[in-house]
Amino acid sequence: MANTPIRYSFGADEHLFAEVSDSMSLEAFFKGMAVTRAVERLALEGVLDICLANASFQIRFDPDRIAPEALLEAVRGAEAEAVAERSLSTRIIEIPVLYNDPWTHETLMRFRDRHQDPNSTDLEYAARINGLADVEAFIAAHSGAPWFVSMVGFVAGLPFMFQMVERERQLQVPKYLRPRTDTPKLTLGHGGCFGCIYSVRGAGGYQMFGVTPAPIYDPQQSLAYLKEHMVFFRPGDIVQFKPIDRQAYDQAVADVEDGRFDLRIRPVEFSLDAFLADPVGYPRSLQEALA
Amino acid sequence: MIKVIKPGLATSVQDMGREGYYHLGIPPSGALDQYALQAANHLVGNPAGAAGLECALVGPELEFQHDALVAVCGAQMPVMLDGREQRPDTAFAVRAGQVLRFGFPTAGARAYLAVAGGIDVPEVLGSRSTYALGALGGLQGRKLVAGDLLPVGVPSGKGRAGASLPMALRQSLGGEVVLRVVPGLYFHRLTEVAAKSFFTDAWPVGSEAARIGYRYKGGGALSFQPREQPFGAGSDPSNIVDSCYPIGSIQVPAGLEPIILHRDAVSGGGYAMIGTVISADLDLIGQMQPNQQARFLAVSLEDALAARRSYKKKLSCLARLFG
Repeated sequence: MANTPIRYSFGADEHLFAEVSDSMSLEAFFKGMAVTRAVERLALEGVLDICLANASFQIRFDPDRIAPEALLEAVRGAEAEAVAERSLSTRIIEIPVLYNDPWTHETLMRFRDRHQDPNSTDLEYAARINGLADVEAFIAAHSGAPWFVSMVGFVAGLPFMFQMVERERQLQVPKYLRPRTDTPKLTLGHGGCFGCIYSVRGAGGYQMFGVTPAPIYDPQQSLAYLKEHMVFFRPGDIVQFKPIDRQAYDQAVADVEDGRFDLRIRPVEFSLDAFLADPVGYPRSLQEALA
Repeated sequence: MIKVIKPGLATSVQDMGREGYYHLGIPPSGALDQYALQAANHLVGNPAGAAGLECALVGPELEFQHDALVAVCGAQMPVMLDGREQRPDTAFAVRAGQVLRFGFPTAGARAYLAVAGGIDVPEVLGSRSTYALGALGGLQGRKLVAGDLLPVGVPSGKGRAGASLPMALRQSLGGEVVLRVVPGLYFHRLTEVAAKSFFTDAWPVGSEAARIGYRYKGGGALSFQPREQPFGAGSDPSNIVDSCYPIGSIQVPAGLEPIILHRDAVSGGGYAMIGTVISADLDLIGQMQPNQQARFLAVSLEDALAARRSYKKKLSCLARLFG
C-alpha cells in the first residue's frame, strides 16, 4: 500500500478528492496525514479547506484563484516528497462511558424494525457477530485497547475512531439496515470497523453501545477543554474509553452543568512501527500515560 | 428589529457561508441559491454577501418595527405588504408597523429576503449563516420561531425603492431542470448499465429536499459492480471506507435513491459518490420543488469551469449595475 500512488479525482470544479487506499489501515491514514500536512505547508492561494479522512482526503478550493490542474500538480508534488511520518506527537484522552445506558436502549428499541436482528440489542448483536461470549466481553474488548481518531466529520466535531488492535481483533458491525432518524447526543456508535461519538443529536446508522457525559462539540465553549475551539477532537488524537457506572455518569453530568467537568488528557508519542511490531503490548504503554 | 409573527416552514438567516471548517465537520452553509441572495442584497444597497432570510416553500409573516427597504428574489412567491402585493425582484419601502406575508410559490422553492443594513446577528466562525444541525450561527443556531426579533444593521443609504432587476438578470425557475455533473470519485464502481441509466432517466425530487441534501427518486436502481468489499468499507457494494463528501456530490445508498449534498452537507460518510454537480448549477437545486423533475448531464471539468465563468459574469453584471 505504502508505495501505491494516490488516486485523484475532481469533485467538479471546487474539490479535489484523493483516495490513499480503498481499505482501512493505520498506514493509509498516516500517509494521508503526511500528504495533507505537506500540502498545508505549501499554503497555496485558493485552497479553502484540507479535509483528512480515514484512508483518503479532500481539498476544497476556489478555481478562480487556483486552476484545478495547478492544484493537482502541487498535491502530486507534495505526495512525491512527503515522507510518511512514522511517529506522531499527540495526546491520549480518557473518555468516560456509561455502556448499555437507558437512553440509547430506548432509542434502539424505537428503531428495532430497521435493525438486522430485531430480537436482540445492538450490544448483544455486536457481541455475537464478533464471536464474543456476551455483552460484558464485548465492552471489555471495546474499552480494552485505545482508539485512533482517523477522521473528524459527518456532523460538527464527530470523531471516527479506529481501534489499535490487530486486524483479526477489530470489532466490525454493519450499519443499521435503514438509518435512524434519531440518535441521542454523545452516543458511542460503531459501523464497519469504525467507532464514533455522535457530537450532536440527529440521524445516524451506526450501532449504539453507550453514552459519554463529556461534551465534545459546543458552540458556547463552556468547558475548559473547549475554550480553545468549539470542536474538541483532531485527527491523530488517541482515545481510551473508561467504563463508568450510573452514579459516576450522573455526577459527571452534574459537573458538566456546573462548568466544572474536565477530561484527563496526557501528551504521548505514537510510533506506528512500534505498534506494528507489538500490537498487544505497545497500546498498553500508551495507556500507562493516563495512570 | 423585525418581529417574526409566523416563522414559515424553514426560514433561516443566511449569508454566503463560512469556509475553512469543513475538515472539522462544519459545512459552508449559506444561501442555497447564492445568486438570488446577492441579487436581493444589491436591490437594497447592501454588500452582495450581507445576511438575509432564506424562506423555504411556506414563507414567514414578519412585522417591521421600523422603516426599512426590502427586496425579495429567488422563488416566485407573492409578497404582500399589509395585503398589497409587491412587484417581484424589486426593492420596496416598508413603514414601521407594517406586516409582510408570503403566498405559495408558483415556481422555485426558496425566496430570499434582503433588508437594507442586513440581518445583524453575530458572526460565528466568520459568517452569519445558520447551521442548524450544529446549532451554530444565525439566530441562536436555529431556524426562526414565532416571537423571534431579528436585529437589522445600518443601511448604506445606496438602495432606493423601485430598484428592479432587469429581465435578463432574473432567474427562470420551474419545469425540468438539467443539472450538469462531472462524473468521478467512485463513478467507476457503477455497472455499465447504471453508468448510462443515471444520465438517461428522469429523477423527480423525492421525500427529502432540505439544506443538507436533496433526494431524487423515480429513476432505475443503480447497481454497483460486485466485489469483495475492502476492509473497513462495510458490506453493501455501495459502501466505501468513510471519506469526505464534496458539496454537490451525489451518493446512492444501496443503489436506490441518489442524494445530492448541499451547503449544510454531512461532511463525510461511507457511501460511494458517483460525481459532483458543478458549482454553477448548485443554485438550481435549492429552487426545486418536491416532485419537480431533474435530469443529469455529464460534463467535463473544462465545461464546469466555463459554466462557472458565465455564472460569475452574470454576478459581475449585477455588481456593475448596482455598484
